[in-house]
Amino acid sequence: MANPTRIASTSPVLEGQPAPSANREMPGAVKWADDRIGLAKIGRAGLRKVFPDHWSFLLGEIALYSFIVLLLTGVFLTIWFKPSMAEIEYDGSYQLLKGMPVSEAFASTLNISFDVRGGLLVRQIHHWAALLFVAAATVHMLRVFFTGAFRKPREVNWLIGVGLLSLSLIAGFAGYSLPDDLLSGTGLRFVDGLIRSIPIIGTWAEFFVFGGEYPGDILIPRLYMVHILLVPGILLGLISAHLALVVYHKHTQYPGPGRTENNVVGYPLFPVYAAKAGGFFFIVFGFLVLMGGLFQINPVWIYGPYDPAKVTAGSQPDWYMGWVEGAIRIIPALETHILGTTWTWSVFLPGVGLMGVLFTGLGLWPFIEQWITGDKREHHLLDRPRNAPTRTALGVAGMTSYAMFWLAGGNDIIATRFALDLNAITVFMRVAVFVAPVIAFIITKRLMLSLQRADRERALHGSEDGVIVRSPDGGYSEGHLPLSHEEQFLLTQHLQHRVLEPGAETDASGVRRKKGGVSKLRARLSRWYLGHDIAKPSAAELAAAAHHGSHSAHAVEDGHGAAGVDGAGINGIEGPRHGVDAGHGPERAGLHH
Amino acid sequence: MSHDNLPVKDPDLGHSVPDPGLEPHVERYTDVDKGAGNRAYAAILMMLAAVPVLAIAFVVIYFAVPRDAYIDFGLLKANAQNVGFGLTGGLAAVLIGVAVIQWARVLMSDEESVELRHAASSTDDDRAAVMGLWDDGVEQSSVRRRKLLLGALGGAVGISLVPAVVLLADMGPHPTARLREETLERTIWAEGILLLNDENWLPIRPEMLEVGQLVNAQPANLRDLHGVEAHQAKAKAAIIVVRMDPNSIKVPESRKDWHVSGILAYSKICTHVGCPISLWERQTHHLLCPCHQSTFDLGNSGVVVFGPAARALPQLPITVNADGYLVAQSDFTVPVGPSYFERDSSQDFKDGDQ
Repeated sequence: MANPTRIASTSPVLEGQPAPSANREMPGAVKWADDRIGLAKIGRAGLRKVFPDHWSFLLGEIALYSFIVLLLTGVFLTIWFKPSMAEIEYDGSYQLLKGMPVSEAFASTLNISFDVRGGLLVRQIHHWAALLFVAAATVHMLRVFFTGAFRKPREVNWLIGVGLLSLSLIAGFAGYSLPDDLLSGTGLRFVDGLIRSIPIIGTWAEFFVFGGEYPGDILIPRLYMVHILLVPGILLGLISAHLALVVYHKHTQYPGPGRTENNVVGYPLFPVYAAKAGGFFFIVFGFLVLMGGLFQINPVWIYGPYDPAKVTAGSQPDWYMGWVEGAIRIIPALETHILGTTWTWSVFLPGVGLMGVLFTGLGLWPFIEQWITGDKREHHLLDRPRNAPTRTALGVAGMTSYAMFWLAGGNDIIATRFALDLNAITVFMRVAVFVAPVIAFIITKRLMLSLQRADRERALHGSEDGVIVRSPDGGYSEGHLPLSHEEQFLLTQHLQHRVLEPGAETDASGVRRKKGGVSKLRARLSRWYLGHDIAKPSAAELAAAAHHGSHSAHAVEDGHGAAGVDGAGINGIEGPRHGVDAGHGPERAGLHH
Repeated sequence: MSHDNLPVKDPDLGHSVPDPGLEPHVERYTDVDKGAGNRAYAAILMMLAAVPVLAIAFVVIYFAVPRDAYIDFGLLKANAQNVGFGLTGGLAAVLIGVAVIQWARVLMSDEESVELRHAASSTDDDRAAVMGLWDDGVEQSSVRRRKLLLGALGGAVGISLVPAVVLLADMGPHPTARLREETLERTIWAEGILLLNDENWLPIRPEMLEVGQLVNAQPANLRDLHGVEAHQAKAKAAIIVVRMDPNSIKVPESRKDWHVSGILAYSKICTHVGCPISLWERQTHHLLCPCHQSTFDLGNSGVVVFGPAARALPQLPITVNADGYLVAQSDFTVPVGPSYFERDSSQDFKDGDQ
């Protein structure tokens, strides 16, 4: 056991707090609790903990609150749902299916929808919340990726996030399958084929999962266990760890004046952040209730009970499985035969393989990036996406590939809605999933580098003053106003990594190096990753630029500063011109090529 | 406010402009203007006051609105109770949320505070102390002197995983060669089994089918099965029966007796992942799977013409019985549905086979 006194005397969390203002007695109940569980120690460390404010930090909160809504509504649904595939005659109040042989799972879903007051509302909230949960988690992950929030020391939390996202897909799919309607049964048939396609163990895995031949009568009880116990249990544990690490690391913050790697600027947990976060929970909950009340989702009574011989045109999975669905649609037929066995690549590769590639790639990324950049520092200030151009471009390329797969998952809908040739769309998509990301990468990287250039220009020369002046000899030019100190800091505060150079074979004293030097491959990757960055202006360059424009700057401060717009205008005329037509110094000319 | 366990030692590394420090705090309108502050206060109170009204409305709807009352108003066509619950409950929750956030935004102090971070790592002291404690523990455990202990423990725990895994062996029947033969490799089709139209469950006579017509059918003996067996049998036995002009289709030599004057029967189960195939193009004789768009040419023994499926649709040999109804000659000659690992499907029918 750790020694509590020592923790108190060295813990920065405690030291960071101002001393309590008065000797205030604890109220009785709190004292009772403190006597037993040491509430005050936790409160002292956490009650005024600072959280930075930014809209993009709400994305993860939406996922968290959707999850809470899922737990609450899910418990309500279990009160009536019967996870059984036993066949009964439907005898509820939905007249169109009366007397039909249906499974108990399907009948109880109809019972919840038509005979339990508020049941339909809760079922629809549950489904909408599931869609929102995966969507919010996905967008949250993109935010974390593009701002570099996964960097040291948060790699472990990134891995937990990857686990959460993959599990949420399983949770969603298992839940989608429970009502045993025609659409969910078609989804299960697909899962059956997917499992069967796994090389070597496929048939055995299929018989084990389904308890024999498809569809069997045990799958829905098993999926129910997965959906309400196994996966939510793991999700709950991982979410707790995810949040605990956020508290331990303290939240990242966007760069800005006064924000450093060593501090966190924002509002205290109690009362401001607690009020905002708590209020936001009610807003997310409220919107989900409105959606459950107003927007129909998964009307299983229209699809009807599952029948293994039926399927409807336009069958689609929930949105988050769309990319896998797309991959399975566009893969060309591919089966190999080795020694009397069959390897069904055209199901295994796009299904199991693609999901494996995405989640493995996501999980490895922080470590790959660290290896390429050689970056060992802790990072608590977020990157502006432009300042990590290759990462941003890779992210957009990944999103593009995902989007192409996802679109391919609706190739039949696209064909019928836009009167296009289904096969042509499919062939196009086969190419697009590989080519579109490359195009997206190139465009994004160019855009990010241009933004870097624009930042550099702005930091060096200030903002354009909006007054175009024609000189006596006919040239046009526009003057510049100096930036505020804050903005100039924001534009130049980021750390730029040096490209790694391949290590010498021997070290300084001529001794042959053991492992640990920079390999040629790593150096090449590093050049590809970092080599195109536009150097931000150095202090000397800024000083030179300021001197260059000092007349202008002085004029603002000393002369006509108080005159506002007019003063600026005058000053723009008087100030040095940054000619549109004229060449402008070596560093600038160089930058444009 | 300073300590020596900060995340980085050189927070100014690479700065070309010195950190100007936090922006000065700007007071909000509600801080400066007493009237504005009071108006914001009143607005928050009003939002919270609306919540009990909505909550009561929710309860009234629960008890007073009939379960089958229906709203048909423009775009909104829905169960009245559901809409009522959603509007009252949803608005109530949103109002609580907006009120509390508005309180935080305009009435709570908006002075930002600054807190120092600490490195994620422990201090060198803690690290050294932990290693010391660990070494003490290792010493105390005597594994240094009695080296076999750890290996033996690892082996014992490791091997005990085997029974734990074996416990799961009853999750399903084992698909051995014999079981596969009874399950995956056969359906309930057999010689003389009637083809029943799966809409009206009546047997089919050849003259009932026009050229170009497609009928979904099931074996007559499916009706003897119930529950799981029926589902499992149906999932494999479903067929489509099509009539095509015999002169416009290719019938290989080996299958010339499998059809009845241009009436052919194929498995309805896609050989890709097993969806029931249903979209029929009369003119081209193509059959399209709605799930992943594998396309099969029924005029050419069901070979794949497009899409991810790798095997032709199995064809069911049919004939006419003494009463003039379509019956099966036998079961399918190859397993229906997706391929599986243990069976080499390379000998299945391919385009050009005779």
